[in-house]
Amino acid sequence: MKSEKSDLIEHKEKHPHLNIEKENQNSKLPKVVLVGNPNVGKSLFFNHLSGVYVDVSNFPGTTVSITKGIYKNFNIYDTPGIYGVSSFNDEEKVARDIILDADIILNVVNSIHLERDLFLTLQLIEMGKKVTVILNFFDEVQKREIKIKPEALSELLGVEVITTSAIKKIGFDKLDFAIEQAKVGKQNKELHEVLHNTLNRVGSQAEALMVLEGDIHIAEKHGVECGTADEREIIYIERRNRVNEIVSEVEYEDSSKGKFLNFIGRLSLNPYTGIPVLGVILVLLYFFIGDFVAQRVVDFTENTIGKGYVEYYIKAYIAEFTPSEIKVTLLDENEELIQEKTYTFTSSILEDAEKFSEFKSFSRQPNAEVDFYFPNGFVRLFFGEFGVISMTITYLIFLLLPLVMAFYFAMAMLEDSGYLPRLATMMDRVMTKIGLNGRAVIPIMLGFGCVTMATITTRLLGSEREKTIATAILQFVIPCSAQLAVIAVLMSSAGFTALMIYIAVIFAVLIGLSTTLNRFLPGQSTPLLIDLPMMRLPEMDNVFKKTFFRTYGFMKEATLWFFIGALFIGILEVTGILYLFQDILAPITTAWLKLPKETATAFVMGVVRRDFGAAGLFDLSLTSMQITVALITITIFVPCIASFMVMLNERGLKEGLIIWLGTWFFAFFVGGLVAQIII
Amino acid sequence: MIKQTLDKVRKGTYFTIANLPSGVLKVQLIRIGITEGTKVFCLERLPGGTIILQKNRQEIAIGYDLAKEISFIE
Repeated sequence: MKSEKSDLIEHKEKHPHLNIEKENQNSKLPKVVLVGNPNVGKSLFFNHLSGVYVDVSNFPGTTVSITKGIYKNFNIYDTPGIYGVSSFNDEEKVARDIILDADIILNVVNSIHLERDLFLTLQLIEMGKKVTVILNFFDEVQKREIKIKPEALSELLGVEVITTSAIKKIGFDKLDFAIEQAKVGKQNKELHEVLHNTLNRVGSQAEALMVLEGDIHIAEKHGVECGTADEREIIYIERRNRVNEIVSEVEYEDSSKGKFLNFIGRLSLNPYTGIPVLGVILVLLYFFIGDFVAQRVVDFTENTIGKGYVEYYIKAYIAEFTPSEIKVTLLDENEELIQEKTYTFTSSILEDAEKFSEFKSFSRQPNAEVDFYFPNGFVRLFFGEFGVISMTITYLIFLLLPLVMAFYFAMAMLEDSGYLPRLATMMDRVMTKIGLNGRAVIPIMLGFGCVTMATITTRLLGSEREKTIATAILQFVIPCSAQLAVIAVLMSSAGFTALMIYIAVIFAVLIGLSTTLNRFLPGQSTPLLIDLPMMRLPEMDNVFKKTFFRTYGFMKEATLWFFIGALFIGILEVTGILYLFQDILAPITTAWLKLPKETATAFVMGVVRRDFGAAGLFDLSLTSMQITVALITITIFVPCIASFMVMLNERGLKEGLIIWLGTWFFAFFVGGLVAQIII
Repeated sequence: MIKQTLDKVRKGTYFTIANLPSGVLKVQLIRIGITEGTKVFCLERLPGGTIILQKNRQEIAIGYDLAKEISFIE
């Protein structure tokens, strides 16, 4: 083997490198891009540099969000965590495009995992980018008696190396230096010569490397042929060998080799303790989301604030201008009826001052429930029971918002603690039985929050086949948080047997559906391969930021569909078509499902939003077995409009429609079958 | 020195990776630090065959189906 030195060249700008990055017309500010492997603390640097004003947007055509901020005279970009620059998945493609366009790269490296992280570093340097390496978690290294020589690393790489501990905010003062002193590092001579052959045709050294490493997208862009898989492998192996050489020169470990005990991390992956750890986490999740937020918080926001104040005052105000019929029921603590009064105003609530003040004092008592009925159809469309404005506000802000927020908060905690990849590993074998791999637990878990969001996340799965299976599972059997809340309330009144029947049936459908798909779908699923991050306490700053941005993104998306859905149902109600549907569906509902014909309303509403569907069952007096059948049917029944649209977009028209129509058929088929047995 | 596939590795043993399956997975393995010739430790075998490898301070989970395609020598 040739000596390290002769293979490397000191890279001064002696020959032209045609950097495309110089002529960016849109923004004159140089682009500083933070790049690193997953879980290296990149976002802490980003948060520090960008301050409060951060612009989050979805990268065109993907769901990967890119965050951009401004620091002094630079545009700062954060990128998704990646192990190398290539295009194996959406996140890598997004990161690749931002990196190709970067002026300066701050490469954040986890000092504890030099061997893993320096692969990316070398690739960035070989791209000919100006780089500074940030050795993060440097205090951890010292704590563990690992000796790393930053100067030696800097010498070998030919770029500046700074050391930091971002969690303790140590080393942030060196970031200015890091940006200013970023430079093109030492190049692998042979590779560099090959790159220069391609360079003239593709415009930049960085893109030349991508082409050589077989990136079809970049090659097509320039109309050149890309490298073969074998060529890529050779480059990768050489780079890997050089990383190993560098690490052996700059790092010494005094403690017994690699015996650091990642205690909870290990417990969560042990066959005996892994399940209990998962159990504890699920119980905590249940108490937080299912009990605390879904019951207590939502009860307060939805009933006390939403219905009790906001809706009440909006409707009372509207009643000043239009005839109304207002029913007030007074309940005691056990929800038993004490008194009921109906006030009728023929033109306005203000027409009779005495009646109005009596209504006011009577309806403002604690435990009073107020139902406004507006005879005017148009008014009802917007402010009635399913009124576009009244219902959207209550559902969206006071029911869905707290739930979605709680869910994203919990997901961010799990994500940032490093538990999710371990959960994926634990669940791997079970998931392979149904044609998925452990990674699929992430979209499936997200589905319990929001099926629409989860359907988008199926993109992280490795093959089309897996995406189809996961999407079908989500659309068929996973109830979203809004629907779950309603199911939980109805189930608590139906009793334990009902709950067991419900769970057993839904579970049977899940197993039947997924094994059938696994059996008959062509192709192969991809196996699990995960680099497990260290377990650590999540940075609350980052967790809150994630929660906020994801909730915001979701609400932005969902609001429109909610309005459309509410308008649709409102029109059906006002025009009487809703009741027509009940008659059309009556034979199925009454004879086959053995439910009252009004249940059909719930189904029609379910087309719009799943929880509307389940909520529609509240007002019907059903036996506990009827509740079970209705909930089974509603759960399997069509996904909401928003997730239907997303599914069409993700899976294509044909597959999307097959799944959608499949849910119609199976919902009534399975629901009816159960009804014939238990009712 | 007998070559065996990784699904047969015993928990708590050190071994050397002999062959990796070609293709995208190989490239991904190389990136995170597993190449032919790398010495690793089997940290855990989960029920069902998912293997957890340890390489220095790094922990890597490998699914049963992938493990069957990787060979090692002890």
